Amino acid sequence: MKYSYFPGCSLKGLGRAYEESLLPVMAHLGVELQELEDWNCCGATAYMSVDEHEASVLATRNLAIAEKQGPFDLVAPCSACYLVLNKSKNNIRDFPEVRESVHRALDKVGMAYTGKVNVRHPLDILFHDVGVEAIKQKVVRPLKGLKVAPYYGCQVVRPYATFDEAWNPVTMDKILEALGAEIVHYPLKTKCCGGSLTGTVPEAGLRMCYILLKEAVRRGADVIATICPLCQFNLDGYHDQIEKKWGAARIPTVYFTQLMGLAFGFEPKQLGLNRHFVSTRSIASAVREPASVGKA
Amino acid sequence: MFTVKRTIKYDADRVKGFGREIMGVTGCEQLPSCIQCGTCSGACPLTIYMDFSPRQIMALVRADFKNEVLKSKTVWLCASCYACTVECPRQIRITDIMYALKQRAIKEKVYPRNMPIPILARDFAKMVLSKGRITETLLVMQLFMRANWRAAFSSWRLGIGLIRTGRFVLKPERIERRQELADMLSTVRNSGNGKGHL
Repeated sequence: MKYSYFPGCSLKGLGRAYEESLLPVMAHLGVELQELEDWNCCGATAYMSVDEHEASVLATRNLAIAEKQGPFDLVAPCSACYLVLNKSKNNIRDFPEVRESVHRALDKVGMAYTGKVNVRHPLDILFHDVGVEAIKQKVVRPLKGLKVAPYYGCQVVRPYATFDEAWNPVTMDKILEALGAEIVHYPLKTKCCGGSLTGTVPEAGLRMCYILLKEAVRRGADVIATICPLCQFNLDGYHDQIEKKWGAARIPTVYFTQLMGLAFGFEPKQLGLNRHFVSTRSIASAVREPASVGKA
Repeated sequence: MFTVKRTIKYDADRVKGFGREIMGVTGCEQLPSCIQCGTCSGACPLTIYMDFSPRQIMALVRADFKNEVLKSKTVWLCASCYACTVECPRQIRITDIMYALKQRAIKEKVYPRNMPIPILARDFAKMVLSKGRITETLLVMQLFMRANWRAAFSSWRLGIGLIRTGRFVLKPERIERRQELADMLSTVRNSGNGKGHL
């Protein structure tokens, strides 16, 4: 299985542990991710606040590169990238004025986009193309006894995802279950983490993170699994400030791909588990317990 | 001096045609069909911090209260989680309307003072324009410098944590064909609602 791959800026920066865990896990499952040559920033939510036409053009350059380079299935692991690329694709299809301005921009530099690219999320690929059974077969260190709160955040499941449900998505739950983990009932799984408000309006943004963290702790989770680099950063990076304001809610937040990697037998460091603020050692050591010797 | 503030808007406060302009922006066409049910305000995780709820913003835009809307904190508190958009029984893309309002507020420079979000959005766009990619640590440092030294200093822990975990990137990421991107963007400049006012 071969796909085009759009890493996005975060996976090369603050969210590099996402890429560090995604690539080996996908390769281990026989999924080849071919990075888009000379991809540019998707624009995220910030560019959309400045100019809607420029934002569409920005995103579409990537779609055009994917269409030229192939394969047409383009994997975007970051939630903002996934949303923005999908939004542009849909807007080009649905709104003549967007289509017109985007084509004008592409024409100018001799590029083209005819709408063939499908923007897909790793969860979609893993659940629908690879399948839970194939994932289960690769597990050598089951995550037995590890209680995981699956946290999807907003922008993957809303509003463009077709592979899962907007309020109660389950694809990550099923994948983590296949790894042997225990899924904690976590009704806040699609509640917003506050995005960039953690930095710009901390009173509001950090409280949103606190609510998510506290609820995961209250429900007995050992770890929160996330699919978004901004969610990961927000839930991991501000514990000292959150603690000072509202009290402790200490729990590690890792990428779901890091948990997959652990279950597949990769070493924590290979998966970027040393890149977190909150120590992830407890997860790694819980997983290292020999589960293979048939303990009940 | 005893001062009073009028709590009801007068017709004279309206800027005729503003609502229609916003409805003309891509994705905002459904606004006229708002039934003021308030589902958006209920779904929004940030309503409790807003000066006008999303439902009120919909009504204010439709009724041409341009100044009230563009100066509101509400549009800048929208974190784009799309909860309202998914829930709206009239299929109004409320998040897109919030974007249209952000674009206008930046373009007309009427966003609330001391609000760092529009500055972040502009700095973000500038970095994309010149480099083609974002280097998050550089962007955030730039924002802190702009804000004030005390804020920058209070975040030293975060910076040290990033260095410790090997995520403090100082070398800007950039694309090869920056001219190509600039040429593409130049074709649509001044054609949208935001008009790329940087």
